Amino acid sequence: MADLVSHPDEVRVVSRRFGMGATNLDRYLELDGYKAVQKALGMGTDGIVNEVKNSGLRGRGGAGFSTGMKWSFVPKQASKPKYVLCNGDESEPGTCKDRLIFEHDPHAVIEGVVIAGLAVGSHTGYIYVRGEYRYLLDIMQKAIADAYVRGFLGKNIFGSGYDFDVYWHGGAGAYEVGEESALMESLEGKRGIPRIRPPFPAVVGLWGGPTVINNAETLASVPHIILGGAEWYASLGPPKNGGTRLFCLSGHLKRPGVYELPMGYNLRKMIFEVGGGIPDGRALKAVVPGGSSTPVLKSDEIDIAMDFDSVAKSGSMLGSGGVVVLDETTCMVKFALRTMKFYQHESCGWCIPCREGTDWLKKTLIRFHAGGGVNKDIDNMYYLSENMLGRTFCPLGDAAAMPTMAFIKKFRKEFEDHLDGKPCPFEKAGVVESVLA
Amino acid sequence: MRFSDQFETRFAEMITHYPTKRPVLVPTLLYAQDEAGYLSDEVIEEIAERLELTALDVRNVISYYSMLSTKPRGKYNVQVCTNIACMLRGGEELLEHCEKKLGIAHKGTTPDGQFSLEEVECIGACSWAPAVQVNYDFHENLTTEKMDRVLEGYAKKGAA
Amino acid sequence: MADVNITVDGKKVTAPAGTLLIEACKSVGIEVPSFCYYPNLSLQGACRMCLVKVEKMPKLQTACTTVISEGMIAITDSDEVRQARKGMVELLLGNHPLDCPVCDAGGECELQDMTFSYGAAESKYMEPKNHKEEQQWSPVVYFDRPRCILCYRCVRVCGEGMDVWALGVQNRGVGSIIAPNKEDHLECEECGMCIDICPVGALTSGAYRYKTRPWEMNHVGTTCAHCADGCKTTLGVRRSETGMEIVRGDNRDKSGINGDFLCIKGRYAFDFANREDRFVQPLIRKDGQLAPSTWEEAFELIGKRFKEAREQHGGQAIGVVGSNRTTNEENYLLQKFARVVLQTNNIDHHRTADFPAFAAALRGKPESTASMRDVFNAPAILLIGNDPTEQHPLMAWQIRNNVRLHRAKLYVVNSRDIKLRRQATGFLRIPKGAEGRFAAFLNGDDSVAENLRPVAGTGADAGESRATTQTTPAGFRDQLRSEQNLIIIFGAEIRGGDIASVVKFGSGIAGAKFLYLADYANSRGAADMGLYPDLLPGYHPIADSGKFHQEWGGVPQTPGLTLPEMVDSARSGKLKALYVVGTNPVGRFDIDPFVFSQSFVVVQDMFLTETASLADVVLPAANAYEKSGTFTNTCGDLQLVKKAAEVSGSKSDFEMIVRIADAMGADVHKLVPFGRGTAADMGQSRGAQSGEADRHSVWLEAHGLEPKMSPFDPMAILDEIQRLVPGYEVSRMNLLAGNDQRTSLVGRASGAAQNPELIAPANDHLFSSGTLGRYSRTLNSVMENHDQQPAEF
Ligand SMILES: Cc1cc2nc3c(=O)[nH]c(=O)nc-3n(C[C@H](O)[C@H](O)[C@H](O)COP(=O)(O)O)c2cc1C
Ligand code: SF4
Ligand code: FES
Repeated sequence: MADLVSHPDEVRVVSRRFGMGATNLDRYLELDGYKAVQKALGMGTDGIVNEVKNSGLRGRGGAGFSTGMKWSFVPKQASKPKYVLCNGDESEPGTCKDRLIFEHDPHAVIEGVVIAGLAVGSHTGYIYVRGEYRYLLDIMQKAIADAYVRGFLGKNIFGSGYDFDVYWHGGAGAYEVGEESALMESLEGKRGIPRIRPPFPAVVGLWGGPTVINNAETLASVPHIILGGAEWYASLGPPKNGGTRLFCLSGHLKRPGVYELPMGYNLRKMIFEVGGGIPDGRALKAVVPGGSSTPVLKSDEIDIAMDFDSVAKSGSMLGSGGVVVLDETTCMVKFALRTMKFYQHESCGWCIPCREGTDWLKKTLIRFHAGGGVNKDIDNMYYLSENMLGRTFCPLGDAAAMPTMAFIKKFRKEFEDHLDGKPCPFEKAGVVESVLA
Repeated sequence: MRFSDQFETRFAEMITHYPTKRPVLVPTLLYAQDEAGYLSDEVIEEIAERLELTALDVRNVISYYSMLSTKPRGKYNVQVCTNIACMLRGGEELLEHCEKKLGIAHKGTTPDGQFSLEEVECIGACSWAPAVQVNYDFHENLTTEKMDRVLEGYAKKGAA
Repeated sequence: MADVNITVDGKKVTAPAGTLLIEACKSVGIEVPSFCYYPNLSLQGACRMCLVKVEKMPKLQTACTTVISEGMIAITDSDEVRQARKGMVELLLGNHPLDCPVCDAGGECELQDMTFSYGAAESKYMEPKNHKEEQQWSPVVYFDRPRCILCYRCVRVCGEGMDVWALGVQNRGVGSIIAPNKEDHLECEECGMCIDICPVGALTSGAYRYKTRPWEMNHVGTTCAHCADGCKTTLGVRRSETGMEIVRGDNRDKSGINGDFLCIKGRYAFDFANREDRFVQPLIRKDGQLAPSTWEEAFELIGKRFKEAREQHGGQAIGVVGSNRTTNEENYLLQKFARVVLQTNNIDHHRTADFPAFAAALRGKPESTASMRDVFNAPAILLIGNDPTEQHPLMAWQIRNNVRLHRAKLYVVNSRDIKLRRQATGFLRIPKGAEGRFAAFLNGDDSVAENLRPVAGTGADAGESRATTQTTPAGFRDQLRSEQNLIIIFGAEIRGGDIASVVKFGSGIAGAKFLYLADYANSRGAADMGLYPDLLPGYHPIADSGKFHQEWGGVPQTPGLTLPEMVDSARSGKLKALYVVGTNPVGRFDIDPFVFSQSFVVVQDMFLTETASLADVVLPAANAYEKSGTFTNTCGDLQLVKKAAEVSGSKSDFEMIVRIADAMGADVHKLVPFGRGTAADMGQSRGAQSGEADRHSVWLEAHGLEPKMSPFDPMAILDEIQRLVPGYEVSRMNLLAGNDQRTSLVGRASGAAQNPELIAPANDHLFSSGTLGRYSRTLNSVMENHDQQPAEF
């Protein structure tokens, strides 16, 4: 059970019920639980979709696509059943927020799924939880069962005449399965290989039926929007970036943790005030602002608002909310290597550029960090990343290429310091111990 | 091949959740592995037959998912995360520590079959790094001392 | 479908809506490179070689998955596009071993070609390549993992195309690997499609690997010598000590009726030709032993003995048995020789289907037989009896892929749960042997309906789990009646009058066509060419020999003996001579060898079969891969058989018949009307033995000419066939250009459907091929591997 933290600047929406025992259905009901669904039942499909559109809610899974817009792509009439799929595969390094939602507020996710279903005319929802989160799957299983007992799920929910089923589903260890089309393949019992798009899931998804896929945090935000209203939610963040976000602060910080802050919160403040700054008086070197797939920001690039558009303007991405802070003792080559090791391990292997590219980048970085690098390696790695970028079958290839290019571009000097048999300048005795102590 | 009643109940329920049989494959494999320790040929044949799949198809799926294993592992699988957030806070040193302590390397198993060790990718504990999962249990904000206590705890449990 | 207009590299292209960009480009000659894209297989978008620029799209798009839309503007050749492709090739080469000089695929490798095109040969990587040992997956399939580029073609052709699903992908990321269904080996139909479709040298064939380089071979497109489906196969031949040896069979040009397809027999079972125990000189029995002789001696002896038999005992004392594996020209010539020179109608062959009855039933409907190509396109198919997967692999492929790609409806009537049932929309299980009754039922005889119900719980596969419908016979029949353009395919279980019932039923269905399944490469040709004691070519009854009589003069007017009757005649000492050409009746029909002790027996064959071993003279024959002519497949598709290989010391059956006639003093010119064709300069001919292309025939073909300069030229007989045999009036030009041509079955043989009991289906399975199959090492090793026995005769 992960520790909870708090900070005065937090605006608690999704995390409102954290630590309040809301896994218990009665407690959840006391805390305004299942009111949103009942309200939504009277809003009509367009009513729900518009409310969510107007709230400025954008996908918390990484891409930041407008949730209301996504829902509106689902055809009203379809020959096959429609589905709602909650993406709880949470595997992006630096990200550990959906875990808290499942742990503390599972019914909010269920509620979100049902509302999404009402919005698109679906009668079935699946909540996919990554396999490592077995305890959360158990929590979710129980929450669903409880909701069925009360008639909140199943036939004729809340006496509305509307049927809606929600099922839990567990994964078994694969980052790529978080990608929406690979997620569907995985749920269908197959290897997590992404699908060719178009057609997009909203039109052809699970078992060929139109499917809405949203991140768990996105869906858990929905009941709050329905209850609090689009206007209120939108006003929490800057224009087109409605609401709040769970930011997972990690790395070299005094007070790492998951904090819910309004969209657009200043990154510098987030690091130095919310996160308590860097321990032991060391200096900040860099920040990975939105999970390992997002290009790194240097210490002088952090005066930015943490919303989708502002971070994009700064050349990176808000991503999945994983803010990883690196202090001056960090070797960027090592960091780049560990990042690439991850993508090499997680590439599904379907397409050439990602499968081969991540492997060669990893191999080169290993040799490079071990002191076997030669000058042309630096350009080669950049060239290789360029050849991957935008050319892979799914965005995992981009997720591997983009940060690599940023590491090389922004910290070229550090790469050069590793050349020609020179040992890694950061592997000084003592640094590591002091962190662990 | 016999699974526990609990497995059978869950299997019987899960299979009703989907329009086809196949979708239960991945979770079923993981639950089967939890019981059998690993996915033996026998388990694979059994599950393939239940879901009307070929053994090849099942193997294709198993080999894709990193949590599924066709080889026996220790009773306690110590999974040390060394991904970025953990690495910054000593994940790699923790792994090295476990290697020394248990006398095994990545994907190794102790001779008494109690422990196996694995270096894993991000397990969703970044804000509480460095973190380790032993089977499904999370252990977070670890230091080498805390890790020793964690391992001792399991050793005791395993001996009991 | 409506047409869509797009612009590719400035060229206007119009193509039907739904066309993929890569295909639209191809249609105007713009080649977009690809590894994973393969027509008619599911889309992958995995290799990223086909990236092109599409206007209004921020990223490059894969042409293989992009469906064209009105006004689309695409650029397939720009610096960006070329760099993307070069980048992909570089990435692939990172791990790909550069063992091209010893790789089977070297010289015909798509990766090699791409490397050449995009100049990506420079190695950017310093790390060692991942290495793994080569694996043998079956007697015919080898896998060299590091060469694999993971295009998934093999996986798809095995699963989607063959419905075998023996290959999968295991692991993920850079560890991804193609895996066989039995962990370290394959259990499959051994078709070798995976090998053929592999763009590189990752999958190689046990028969071919490390034997030669592609450019050292001549490639000859001909027709397979095994089953009656008639796949086009390209033989790779190479000079050997004894002539020209076949080293490979494939179907690279895909132009034949089989498109992509070849089964194990077409691909590997040419190896009987290369056996050392083949006859390479004539043998004459001396002191009870077959001893080598010269050709002159052999022909002289045969001529003398045949002549004696004819003159002393009359033609009825001579019997002739023809073959299902010799060419139309040879079969025609053989029966003409029998009738005109030997003066006998005692001629027969191993009948595997009742074509005379089929021809009779189709009287007045000459165009109602279905071609092999039709089977791929028909909207609905009814299959009665037979198991095409085992006995007609191409037919099964056509049916299966028609269902997959065109959603054709398949109705299966069988006593067993045959594999094609998986594709069926309707399945009716009937009791074993009830096919004829079913035919009667189709035609309205409801009294047999009850007898069509299978006894519940019997048979090895009575436990049915598959979902295809099991309807009542009546419901099934109603469903069939609602179809249009139905092709009715039936096996030899249906014979005689039952065929007429099926045809009558089909005639009530608009556009229905029929297809009858015989067993060997030229079974249909043997029937069409009149290897019957009572039928002339084209199923003309002997009594109605009209134009043949005119053309040939003196044809005996009474029907001759059937094969069993010849045996009886021999037993009673009346049959003085027996001429067996390319067939093994003694083994096939289990005939007591002593029956022929008083007959002079001449056998033309490659091997010491049961029949050859009791012969007085054995003549070493060339096989279908070593001669030219035509075959007619079971559908009536006429195709060229082209000489690919040569084993010195053998002769074609055609030549041997002519030489025997000559030795008997017959007018050879009358037998083979040669010398009427275009005169050509024979001086350029180099012959196959020279190890180079036969330039002479190439030149002739290029000019649409034929030699016909010698009495051994089958084309001269083809002239006569085309003139005299109804249904064979096909375009000679198209035939010679290598295209299959439709013959039609012009029903003639009214009342000639006698002796349906003489039909003996071959019962071959995927890995057997009658007597011939026994001489294929590949087939034997595969059977051994599958714990199978050769089919029971
Ligand atoms: C390689 C890859 C991994 C992803 N992993 C996750 C994940 O673990 N959880 C998640 O919610 N979205 C993940 N996504 C994003 C999903 O594809 C998808 O955009 C998201 O679930 C949509 O939900 P949202 O609109 O609510 O963000 C991943 C995307 C990629 C390309
Ligand atoms: S980019 Fe390609 S190989 Fe990588 S995960 Fe996506 S599809 Fe798989
Ligand atoms: S051919 Fe298009 S991606 Fe392979």
